[in-house]
Amino acid sequence: MLAGLQCPGYPEAKLSSVSERLPCREGQAGTLLALMGEPEQYCFPSIFIYGHRATGKSHVILTLLKELEVPHAAVSCVECVSAGLLFEQVLLAMFGSESATLLPRSPSLSDFVRIYRQFCAQEPAQQTRYIVLERAELLRDMEANLLPGLLRLQELVDDNVTVILLSEIVWDKFRPNTGCFEPLLLHFPDYTKAELLQILSLDSNPSYSPELYSSYINILLGVFYSVCRDLRELRHLAALNFPKFCEPLEKGEAKESDTHKLWRNIEPHLKRAMQTVYLREVSSVQWEQQQMEEKEATALRGLSAHAHVELPYYSKFLLIAAYLASYNPARTDRRFFLKHHGKIKKTNFLKKHEKTSNHLLGPKPFPLDRLLAIFYSVVDSRVAPTASVFSQISSLVTLQLLTQVGHDDQLDSPKYKCAVSLDFISAISRTVSFDIVRYLYDFL
Amino acid sequence: STTSSILQSYNSQKRTVAVDEYFTDGSDDCGNGRERFNICQTLWEKIKMDTEVLQEELNTKILDSLLDFIKRCTSSFQSRTDDWTSHMRASEIPTAALVLGVNVPDHDVTFQSLSELLRKSVTPFAVSVQAKECAALKNLMQKVLERLMGVGVTLEDDEEDTGIHLPHKKVSCSVSALSQWYKSMMKTRAIKSPDKTGGSENGFSQSPPIIVIFKDFEAFNPRVLQDFILICNRYIQELPFIFIFGIATSPSTIQHMLPHSVSSLLCIELFQSLPCTQHLATVIDKLILTSQFPFKLSSKVLQVLVSIFLYHDFSVRNFVKGLQLALLEHFHSQPLSVLCCGKNEALLYAQKLSHQDVEMVRQLPSFMSILKFHSMLVLNSLTEVCQRFLKDLRKYHKNYYPVLKCLHSLTSSLPKYPLGKQIRELHISCMEKNVWETNEYESAMQLLRLLAKDELVLSLRKCADILKPDKTKKMKSALQQLENYIAKFEQLDSKYFFFFFFFFFLNSMLSLFTITLLEMKGTRRTKKISPFELLRNEALEFIDGLVRSYLTPPELQPLNEVCYYSSSGVLRRHLNATPRTSIQTALSHPFYYLQNESLKTDAGTVSNSAPDICIAYKLHLECGRLINLFDWLEAYATVTSAAEGKDPDSEDFGKVDELKHARFIQAVSELEFLGFVKSTKQKTDHVARLTWGGC
Repeated sequence: MLAGLQCPGYPEAKLSSVSERLPCREGQAGTLLALMGEPEQYCFPSIFIYGHRATGKSHVILTLLKELEVPHAAVSCVECVSAGLLFEQVLLAMFGSESATLLPRSPSLSDFVRIYRQFCAQEPAQQTRYIVLERAELLRDMEANLLPGLLRLQELVDDNVTVILLSEIVWDKFRPNTGCFEPLLLHFPDYTKAELLQILSLDSNPSYSPELYSSYINILLGVFYSVCRDLRELRHLAALNFPKFCEPLEKGEAKESDTHKLWRNIEPHLKRAMQTVYLREVSSVQWEQQQMEEKEATALRGLSAHAHVELPYYSKFLLIAAYLASYNPARTDRRFFLKHHGKIKKTNFLKKHEKTSNHLLGPKPFPLDRLLAIFYSVVDSRVAPTASVFSQISSLVTLQLLTQVGHDDQLDSPKYKCAVSLDFISAISRTVSFDIVRYLYDFL
Repeated sequence: STTSSILQSYNSQKRTVAVDEYFTDGSDDCGNGRERFNICQTLWEKIKMDTEVLQEELNTKILDSLLDFIKRCTSSFQSRTDDWTSHMRASEIPTAALVLGVNVPDHDVTFQSLSELLRKSVTPFAVSVQAKECAALKNLMQKVLERLMGVGVTLEDDEEDTGIHLPHKKVSCSVSALSQWYKSMMKTRAIKSPDKTGGSENGFSQSPPIIVIFKDFEAFNPRVLQDFILICNRYIQELPFIFIFGIATSPSTIQHMLPHSVSSLLCIELFQSLPCTQHLATVIDKLILTSQFPFKLSSKVLQVLVSIFLYHDFSVRNFVKGLQLALLEHFHSQPLSVLCCGKNEALLYAQKLSHQDVEMVRQLPSFMSILKFHSMLVLNSLTEVCQRFLKDLRKYHKNYYPVLKCLHSLTSSLPKYPLGKQIRELHISCMEKNVWETNEYESAMQLLRLLAKDELVLSLRKCADILKPDKTKKMKSALQQLENYIAKFEQLDSKYFFFFFFFFFLNSMLSLFTITLLEMKGTRRTKKISPFELLRNEALEFIDGLVRSYLTPPELQPLNEVCYYSSSGVLRRHLNATPRTSIQTALSHPFYYLQNESLKTDAGTVSNSAPDICIAYKLHLECGRLINLFDWLEAYATVTSAAEGKDPDSEDFGKVDELKHARFIQAVSELEFLGFVKSTKQKTDHVARLTWGGC
């Protein structure tokens, strides 16, 4: 199966158990081991590993470090709401709780380095220490000196330490303007279909033969491989739908060898799963229940089926006005909302770029004045400019039906964009019997 | 600073005045202020309690199903076995998407009863967070941790002054800290209650879930939410998290806010609450369409409240607030409202009416008009007359509402709803004029005359059910008659069955058909009338009679002013304020607010002694789109000089001194702040007007 992971300084038995736990990732594990070298040798200061979701980045590196009993600290950056938490967790894992308490309030990188050096002097490294930072892309949002500092931490603390960054984003997007130490780049490619099949087949159901399970996985991949290569998600889907696959076997309608029959049974079911449970339109629990009760999928309405929103009367008109303001060029307002506008020919009237469909270009920002002007001309009754009309605009913003463009606390002439779709606004205008299409420039 | 000091003194003054003194204060002459205040308070307490009970009843269904879901999740957390599927399945966070509608102000009550319910029956660890307190992930984490562990109060204070988010009190702001805390909590609980047979002393399960309620899901920053979900999902094996999303628009907003990689970590189930219009209908039914409360709203006032609800906010809470305002205004402004209370108290107060009050009763429009017809009333003592009228008013209400409900139940199933779909519409039109004189009533009656036997009997049965609980004599006899009619209908031969069926079929068609049918019917009138038709006409005559005798507008009732609040304008001004109009009024007619005699002028002009900003405003109305600041200043100086009483021919008349200059600049910058002018880059010494019109 493998030419074997080999690295002097680590026991053979452990290495082979590691390689067993890392199917289809022997190459990457081998490279990493080669980089790590013998336990007491210095390693490259920083390594950057990048690959898509669920391509085994964390799994490989953590399995290696754990199995080989190397001192390490593994931190997920998403948990670190501040750099202080990151330092605390690293120190805690490296030197115990005593070191973490020494950190001052809101510590800086230099505090971290100072304490690290202090403890490092007490217990110098016997072998390379590793700091693994998952979701490293979040480091970019923290203090500007953090990422460059971590990249050359080995130099700063003068210790045998290596920082390993894991991310789904390529290194090019990380490089700070001021320049920094370039880490060693390592790419984890996506699993191929064959690899996925091999990995997924490993956890076969104990009540059925492994061959049956791997043929099931084959069918599953046939349906899902084109949309999803996320191992975690595939495994989840496999677990959810396996009972349905086994149904004919349970009932005695088919034998394990009737592959065609089994396929015919499961294939439409999986296709339905792709449109519902995979998109989380229907929750996993609901999907399972439905399977058990043998109802049809149509019985359960997905989340996006409930798109109807009930709004107060003027809010509806405000939203309609916002939609018109967002999708009509401002120059055409005269044509739609003035009684004696005269004839305007579409072709001569507009500049070249306005001839493309506004719906393809997306909503454009508009000032509050224009919104209100259109509002007063589309709403059929006289409306006093009351405070509640204005507060409805901000309610629409909170409900994310409008979005405010630009700065939040603009006192004078705030700008908005309409954030709803044509279908949505058509449904809304139908309830107030307003023919929106007649007012949209694109549909003239 | 003067305004702030005025405000301060106003506030401090306000604090010293007890609320009830507002009622006695200005109207010492006609007492009863305290009584009115007390009646008002008791009524409000009752209204408040009733609405709360109502809300709870309306929420029971959705809360029960939510509770069910949470209990199910909790037990699935506990029975997490090592079997193959659960090993293979990705662990998702159970999430309830609670769709509550756009009436965000009403949600508070729902969430409050939800968290009370959860704390009582599922878990002590239920926290709720709002978007406005969670601008960043660390704030969200902090709020959740604080509220769960209850220790973070000091932590927050520490942060206030320094703005640092790593408290040194060794409660770090991370979920791992929470996880440790949870474990230690569970350990102490296990020690406290050694019997391991299903749950602890509070009836909570072995490891109660941690429930996080996001009150206003749409308002959250998507990034914050995504990161929080990612973190929580990492700990789902140790911490049994359950999320509740309070959604105002539609559940598809979840997919708009969370990418697939995050939403795949959730196991979302949907819960939908009742629409708010239904909620309002129940509230109106319980608070307004009842003879239980002596306080009533006139048709105009009810229309104002309902239109604010339908046009502006959909908020039942605001509707009840409006009702409260009407109640306060009524008892505050109408001295005779002391008679607006329970029967016995009202009669008692009527006996104790002072001479002034009696005079006021005499002046009531409803009393005066009735006096014209019954001059004999003058002979009796006025207190007795009052008492009689009060009793009549009570009887009127006791008969009015049941008949109104009957009429509504009869007409609400007719095509095109000639008398309105909602009972409140019917109520409003009944209050406005004699409903039986309207065309809508006429067409409704004609449609009723086309009803088939089955339908008619069904409708009449419903009416009988409505009348059953009423105890007044008249309603009892009406019920008796109604039941007689039902019995007669049932005895009728069934040989006309086919005929009825035909009518039933036609009736269910659109109104266009029914109208042509009406015409047909007119032409066929000469034909022989079947016994069923005879009986049907008789029954409908009876209903018509009920309507004519009991659904008269309240304005015709003597002393209705005691119970009916009718100043819709006041209510509209208070509830639906128009700041722009007020500012314009203040600027162009300063007398309106300042009430200073010297400011009183003819329409369209401003006194030259008006505040600077008013003068500047008036002058700027005469300019075009761009205003030359220097010209403006000159004009301003001329006006103010005249106000100082200087001789127009003297040398320094209209001269700009430093003081005037400063006052002018202040006035202009105030106008800029109010949004009437703004500086422009086109011409440096000009400002641009932001409004049109004027002179």
